[in-house]
Amino acid sequence: MRIALFVTCLADTMFPAAAKATVALLERLGHEVVFPPEQTCCGQMHVNTGYQKDALPLVRRHVKTFLPYDVVVAPSGSCVGSVRHQHAMVARQAGDERLATRAEQVASRTYELSELLVDVLGVEDVGAYYPHRVTYHPTCHSLRLLRVGDKPVRLLRRVRGLDLVELAAADQCCGFGGTFAVKNADTSTAMLADKMRHVLDTGADVCTAGDASCLMHIGGGLSRLRTGVRTVHLAEILASTEAS
Amino acid sequence: MTFLGMPTTAPRGVGNLRGDEPFPAAARKALANPQLRRNLHHATSTIRGKSAAVIAELPDWQQLRDAGAAIKADTMARLPELLEQLEAQVSAAGGVVHWAADANDANRIVTELVRATGQDRVIKVKSMATQEIGLNEALEAAGVEPVETDLAELIVQLGHDKPSHILVPAIHRNRAEIREIFLRAMPGVDPALTDDPPVLAAAARRYLRETFLNTKVAVSGANFGIAETGTLAVVESEGNGRMCLTLPETLITVMGVEKVVPTWQDLEVFLQLLPRASTGERMNPYTSMWTGVTAGDGPQNFHLVLLDNGRSAVLADDVGRQALHCIRCSACLNVCPVYERTGGHAYGSVYPGPIGAVLSPQLTGVEDNASLPYASSLCGACLDACPVKIDIPSILVHLRAEHVAAKKRPTPESIAMAAAAYTMDHPRLYAAAQRAARLSRFAGRRGRGLPPPLNGWTASRDLPEPPKETFRQWWAGR
Repeated sequence: MRIALFVTCLADTMFPAAAKATVALLERLGHEVVFPPEQTCCGQMHVNTGYQKDALPLVRRHVKTFLPYDVVVAPSGSCVGSVRHQHAMVARQAGDERLATRAEQVASRTYELSELLVDVLGVEDVGAYYPHRVTYHPTCHSLRLLRVGDKPVRLLRRVRGLDLVELAAADQCCGFGGTFAVKNADTSTAMLADKMRHVLDTGADVCTAGDASCLMHIGGGLSRLRTGVRTVHLAEILASTEAS
Repeated sequence: MTFLGMPTTAPRGVGNLRGDEPFPAAARKALANPQLRRNLHHATSTIRGKSAAVIAELPDWQQLRDAGAAIKADTMARLPELLEQLEAQVSAAGGVVHWAADANDANRIVTELVRATGQDRVIKVKSMATQEIGLNEALEAAGVEPVETDLAELIVQLGHDKPSHILVPAIHRNRAEIREIFLRAMPGVDPALTDDPPVLAAAARRYLRETFLNTKVAVSGANFGIAETGTLAVVESEGNGRMCLTLPETLITVMGVEKVVPTWQDLEVFLQLLPRASTGERMNPYTSMWTGVTAGDGPQNFHLVLLDNGRSAVLADDVGRQALHCIRCSACLNVCPVYERTGGHAYGSVYPGPIGAVLSPQLTGVEDNASLPYASSLCGACLDACPVKIDIPSILVHLRAEHVAAKKRPTPESIAMAAAAYTMDHPRLYAAAQRAARLSRFAGRRGRGLPPPLNGWTASRDLPEPPKETFRQWWAGR
């Protein structure tokens, strides 16, 4: 299958390992990955902070970039959530019904990584090997906007060598929330403190999730406290093999 | 709703919809209170567990939520007509209906009605509408003593405090604090009072029973007002409501206009949704309903005050109007990770938590509560919990846009956002900016030297190490 990678601006700039892992994983499974270089950012930060008008050109760019592709994947529940739940809304608010319709077409073909693997490609055992004790944080937008349910967990359970430990209060937000983490830094940190406590209680070496943004937040806290627990994107775990 | 004039927001200087400081500052204080944090975590997680268990018993819960949302949407679409029908039915049953455009109007109407009875004390059923308009303060200013009869509201009133939860107003207090408040402020309290919960409840009961029997006027809110029959309904757990609604000679009910429902049968839906979402009960212990005045039975004078106070303005907003669907169950508070840590006072309004963050700014106008739409990480737990499916995250985002649009001049944030959008719409500039992101190394080890507002991040979180190359550089070179 020919799959277009929507890398997301955050993974492109700060967490290329998650994006490279997505490419490696899909190619290992026998698919062709293409990267349309005109892509930049989905505009979620603008929309969620109240700057819908500034987001409009970004929505236009995203739709134009990805309209030619039958299947689009992103290593992020949040950015896929924006494509599915915000792009058409932004277009309609600007009175551009044609863009809204096209945005809906792109949205209908855009998948978060675990959705693509389980729902579209029909695979749960991706042949990965990752000999670590791992806990999984289901990010809010994967859980409640996309309803990915237990798909990431089903993928992780089939990874050889991986000891998956359950995270308490897993469905509670880590406190990131985009600009919320800065505008309400104290409340965000209080939420992070509880998330980190639950992560540490598992005794895991690695905390994983399907979103680089939430992992940047949780990882930033775990690093500041020198806990020694690492955050690793789901794609990187699934891309790991005994050879790597 | 032209009979109430053009939609205006709730007036300033009266009532309890505006805080003294922005949410982040108020939250900062609350977060530093370990007792509050413990109380809130314990109370909200207990209610969450109970609620989830009884909701799981109903196979048609999702259909009930859809029905609740549909009834509310239909009600809002023909609110004027339904309110006039309610007025006609209440009047036909011997009640008197008053229309209050805002908090000042409502307070004046209620004060005059109490004065006309010649009484100087009223008993009150817990009511969000009267908290919203500051009725107790208005009555006190007029020389009338209001006595709250819901146990938690009584604790708040005696402590000269503010409620911090819609359903559990004293959620921020523990039993030691309650004992101190009772000893200090409850008339005729036993000085040997302990902090044993049954002892505290017994002390309140003794005081309240006496007050119920000696007071001739009651003020209540309403959970539902049925247009078809003119019936008002109050649901509660302690029986104090039943006392207030049946014992006095005069009953005055203050009801927000959005509480009207079209038909008696609609209660079938809401009386299943409300207790399960709210207290985690299958059925609320007391459901009191009355239609006007019944000779020889209950209050012989009944007044219904229909309150707008900004609701018409909310109704005029096609995204925000869903906030009027709220049945005040507090499910969104109990699942909110922000509320669980900051508590209700940080929101500054009687309506705290996610619903407060969308309702208060709409009732007052966004600029009077500009920090509230941002008091959420947009995690979406509130939408999943809401028994009438109010899309709170979408309203929050909508109100943020309204706040941004209200700015007359560019702000540092709006300039940064516009620059970011411009850059991201020009791939070459974007690639250059990505390479510049590596300069964040100059912000010091792990980014601790970042300027405001970005130092909000680095106060508690390290920045990631910038990678050697971006993904697109790697892709271009492979």
